[in-house]
Amino acid sequence: MSFKTDYKAVAGLGSAKDGTHHFISQRLTAIALIFLAPAFVYTFSQALGGGHAGMLATYAHPFHALVAIGFFIVGFRHLRLGLQVVIEDYIHTERTRLICLILNALTWRGVAIAGAFAVAKIALGA
Amino acid sequence: MADTGHTNRPLSPHLTIYRNDVGMMMSIVHRFTGMGMAVTGIMLVWWFLAAAIGPGYFDFVDGLMTSWLGLAVLILSLWAFWYHFFNGVRHLRWDMVKGLGIGESNRSGIYVLVLSALFTVMSIWLAQ
Repeated sequence: MSFKTDYKAVAGLGSAKDGTHHFISQRLTAIALIFLAPAFVYTFSQALGGGHAGMLATYAHPFHALVAIGFFIVGFRHLRLGLQVVIEDYIHTERTRLICLILNALTWRGVAIAGAFAVAKIALGA
Repeated sequence: MADTGHTNRPLSPHLTIYRNDVGMMMSIVHRFTGMGMAVTGIMLVWWFLAAAIGPGYFDFVDGLMTSWLGLAVLILSLWAFWYHFFNGVRHLRWDMVKGLGIGESNRSGIYVLVLSALFTVMSIWLAQ
């Protein structure tokens, strides 16, 4: 068994130099979600079970539409940052890790855009 | 990024030597609920997209969401949300260097469990 460490390969390279931004973004989105998430859960719980017409009527209201769009943009950003940490913690194979990180970075931005677009279309008259 | 894949060094015992406690359990569940809500997020956006597409497709997706399995997932997600919400506030307090003592952090963990159960029931009641 070799006790040689990876230190030699990384000495002098320094950190990734962007950890602080990740940390602050995670907490800033958390603070925004304290207000956005319960508001979304409430409006969604009112819209669910009302059928297509009821759903459209709920999200035609500007307040409900804004809450939903805000929740999707901020919520999926928070989710993306959180899942990134999970991937970094548990996936140790370089190649798999990189693929997962790229998919994570792209998927949640796409889902957020899709959600925001759907709400906008409903709010502006689908 | 250090290549952690090929090294063959001994690992200090970690998971196997600690007694299960409130802090450890709360931390694991926080991560677990966060990952679980990824599925909920996809479901929600699917439902919104379906509504934007039209009544026919919406009825199909809405039918899945309001089926017993869909509702079970939504209710489980609701608890996951309130747990992650209150435990998140607990984390933000820690970030302000408040409530970090062992006793008070165990106590706030219990508060999170009680509040998340309470708010889950209240949310379901309000939804009707």
